[in-house]
Amino acid sequence: MISLQVNGEWRELDVEPEMPLLWALRDELGLTGTKFGCGIAACGACTVQVDGVAQRSCVLPVGAVDGASVRTVENLGTADNLSALQAAWIKHQVPQCGYCQSGMLMAADALLSENPNPSDADIDAAMTNICRCGTYQRVRAAIHDAAKAKA
Amino acid sequence: MAGSIIGGEGAQLTTWVRIHPDNTVTFYVPHGEMGQGVHTALPMMAAEEMEADWDLVRMEQAPATPTFANGPLGKGYLTNGGGVPSALNGAANFATYKLAELMNLQITGGSTAVRFTGQFGMRVTGAAAKEMLIKAAAEKWGVAEEECTARLSHVLHEASGQKATFGELAELAAEFSPSANPVLKDKKDYTIVGTAKQRFDIPAKVTGESLYGIDVKVPGMLYAAIKQVPVIGGSVARVNDTEALAARGVRAVVTLEDGVAVVADNTWRAKQALDLLEVEFTDGGNGHVSSDSIFAQFDTALAENEGEEDVERGEGAEALASAKTVVEADYRVPFLAHATMEPMNCTVRIENGKCDVWIGTQDGLGTRAVAADAAGLSDDDVTIHPLMMGGGFGRRSPGSPNHIIQAVKIAKEVGAPVKLTWSREDDMQHDYYRPAVSARMSAGFDEEGNLTTWVNRYIRKDEPAEASHIPYAVANQSIRYVESEVHIPYGPWRSVAHTQHTFFNESFADELAHAAGKDPYQFRRDLLKDQPRHLAVLDLAAKKANWGGPLPEGHARGIAVQESFQTIVAEVVEVSLDENGRPRVHNVTAAVDCGEVINTDTARAQVESGIIYGLTAALYGEITVENGAVVEENFPDYEMVRLANTPKMDVHFIESGAKLGGLGEPGTPPVAPALANALFSLTGQRIRSLPLKNHEFSRSNRLAQAAD
Repeated sequence: MISLQVNGEWRELDVEPEMPLLWALRDELGLTGTKFGCGIAACGACTVQVDGVAQRSCVLPVGAVDGASVRTVENLGTADNLSALQAAWIKHQVPQCGYCQSGMLMAADALLSENPNPSDADIDAAMTNICRCGTYQRVRAAIHDAAKAKA
Repeated sequence: MAGSIIGGEGAQLTTWVRIHPDNTVTFYVPHGEMGQGVHTALPMMAAEEMEADWDLVRMEQAPATPTFANGPLGKGYLTNGGGVPSALNGAANFATYKLAELMNLQITGGSTAVRFTGQFGMRVTGAAAKEMLIKAAAEKWGVAEEECTARLSHVLHEASGQKATFGELAELAAEFSPSANPVLKDKKDYTIVGTAKQRFDIPAKVTGESLYGIDVKVPGMLYAAIKQVPVIGGSVARVNDTEALAARGVRAVVTLEDGVAVVADNTWRAKQALDLLEVEFTDGGNGHVSSDSIFAQFDTALAENEGEEDVERGEGAEALASAKTVVEADYRVPFLAHATMEPMNCTVRIENGKCDVWIGTQDGLGTRAVAADAAGLSDDDVTIHPLMMGGGFGRRSPGSPNHIIQAVKIAKEVGAPVKLTWSREDDMQHDYYRPAVSARMSAGFDEEGNLTTWVNRYIRKDEPAEASHIPYAVANQSIRYVESEVHIPYGPWRSVAHTQHTFFNESFADELAHAAGKDPYQFRRDLLKDQPRHLAVLDLAAKKANWGGPLPEGHARGIAVQESFQTIVAEVVEVSLDENGRPRVHNVTAAVDCGEVINTDTARAQVESGIIYGLTAALYGEITVENGAVVEENFPDYEMVRLANTPKMDVHFIESGAKLGGLGEPGTPPVAPALANALFSLTGQRIRSLPLKNHEFSRSNRLAQAAD
């Protein structure tokens, strides 16, 4: 049995320890906000935070996060109580198809907790997620905006 | 039409609008949302005409039933987007509805939503609803209709000071028939269209709540993964599934013509068990085919055939014989995958002779027909539940249904609801690809250096028909095509045939400008004297990009222009080479004439998106065939532009008042030639094949030329 804290709540999972965290979240726990994009940590759609650090859950065995704290997009803020980052995302109308945005937001949120006022170069280095709709210019603007709002 | 078609409270005024007692208005949009903003732009057009208060407007995606077929889309296609006779221009036009029904049209593609559904459907429906509400108010108050006005979801009678909400009038209004020819508003009176409205679909996309096809969970649902037949056109010869069936969570193995599926209680378990299958495949006779053999086949086809007529003007190719100077160049571009972020997936339940399908699709009705055929049921027994699309770009369009057919057949055999999820590798290697194309171009100049002849022989006529044509005033033209069949399946890819032909035509036009010793922008200007809209976007892009103005050392600009889907786009790209000699794109300036802009911010977002999509293809995009199968598997070998190499994009619109053009696709075609032309200006190297990753660049040639 694997125990992990998901969005603040302890959950027990009777699954193979080598099952990627992504599929434990999506198929076992029903948290489908975290997306499957490539399965090899190349696109970032599956990005979650493990103990506050952005991680690609499609290659992270759930056994490796036994006892850890996992945070997904569902915990970032709700429609009635948006985080500053989500509000900036709406202000800049960032998402198009939106499929990569959960991963983008989780990576951006981790970046801002580590570096509250990131430069363009910091954003370039931290935000390696793929967006096929090409929303990158707005992602950058929204991160700067959220940094200002939080300051 | 006045009756209620969709259940629930409120009054249905026309097929596409319902007014609720609390005065909110719901518009039913018959197109899928894939990020293009159609779920917001179409209600904006309807609300504008209806005089609805935007804060009270809601939207729902219309169900995939013939009632909501894209009548206006059928009309748009039939008339090639031209003017629709006013008698046909109605929200309640039964004839065209019926036609769309027969054609199973509920397509989101071809940049059509705003152009056809919006223009011929939503505007008319909003205006007709307003007229019905005014009639209702006039009858209720015993006053003349002409004395009543609608504003912000109310009808007012100024003389008597009476006022009622749309919600209060809806039931009475629904008793009138919608007019087929309601009066549309004058553009100068617009308060919604032409502004930036926040998209309805975005809030749920920042909280993870937005439900995509891949997220669906149906009670009792199992999860399927599939081992695809690797060679396209091959088949499954033999399967040993003993080990796979013994793995944890595995419930069934289903052998299909084009693959073997494992069905389990979790996506990952199904996928893991694929490795336990022993499968032998046939290659369908395609095992010898490679990209090299395909391009060699194209070369032979072009060398041996005169081809079919596309455009013949003046003396055609014969004029080359009398030309003072002739320029020749061969161009080619590779196959491309769509690589939507959400891999293909489809969830199906077949129970008691009924089939339910949950999917993100660009064509609900087409999907219904495909599923019915695969299930052996009639269309009426199939219900499509449309969900958000994690990217479309043409991949989720009619005619590209392999994943849907597989899911239906698996669910049918298993006898339980099944969600089939493709891996990224499946998605990349079993796409319906942007066709590879080769073209042989030649052109002739007269004694005075005027371009007099344009000749192009290319592979395969595709849609739209005009993609291979040029806007330039060239007296003698001969554009012909040769069909050359390959076993790779083709599908529409953002802007369809425009990506290949714009690269060929606008790169070659640039070659001709340099051959004539003219500035590439001025050269185009001179040939566009009779094309005022082209000229206007070209001038605006050049002006905004400061064409001819100073640049940092080691930077250069390139320009290209193309009309697609009735929208004309000119783009200027500024490029340099990085320390490894790779192109680094700094700025892309776009000027766009789409006639009229509906949602100003979404319009800009669509052009930005089109630029990045085209830039990714220009820099990296290449699907290679070896031994009959696709080589590329995943993003590392099918690389994408990412945030760090995203240029600054600057998009400008011209509202020429021309017929509404599309916006989902036209931003894509000009970027590849504009970039290649900029690289020529920088390095002196002319790029005649894509992607650019296959070319080495150096500024030494250009610097040497400059020193001479």
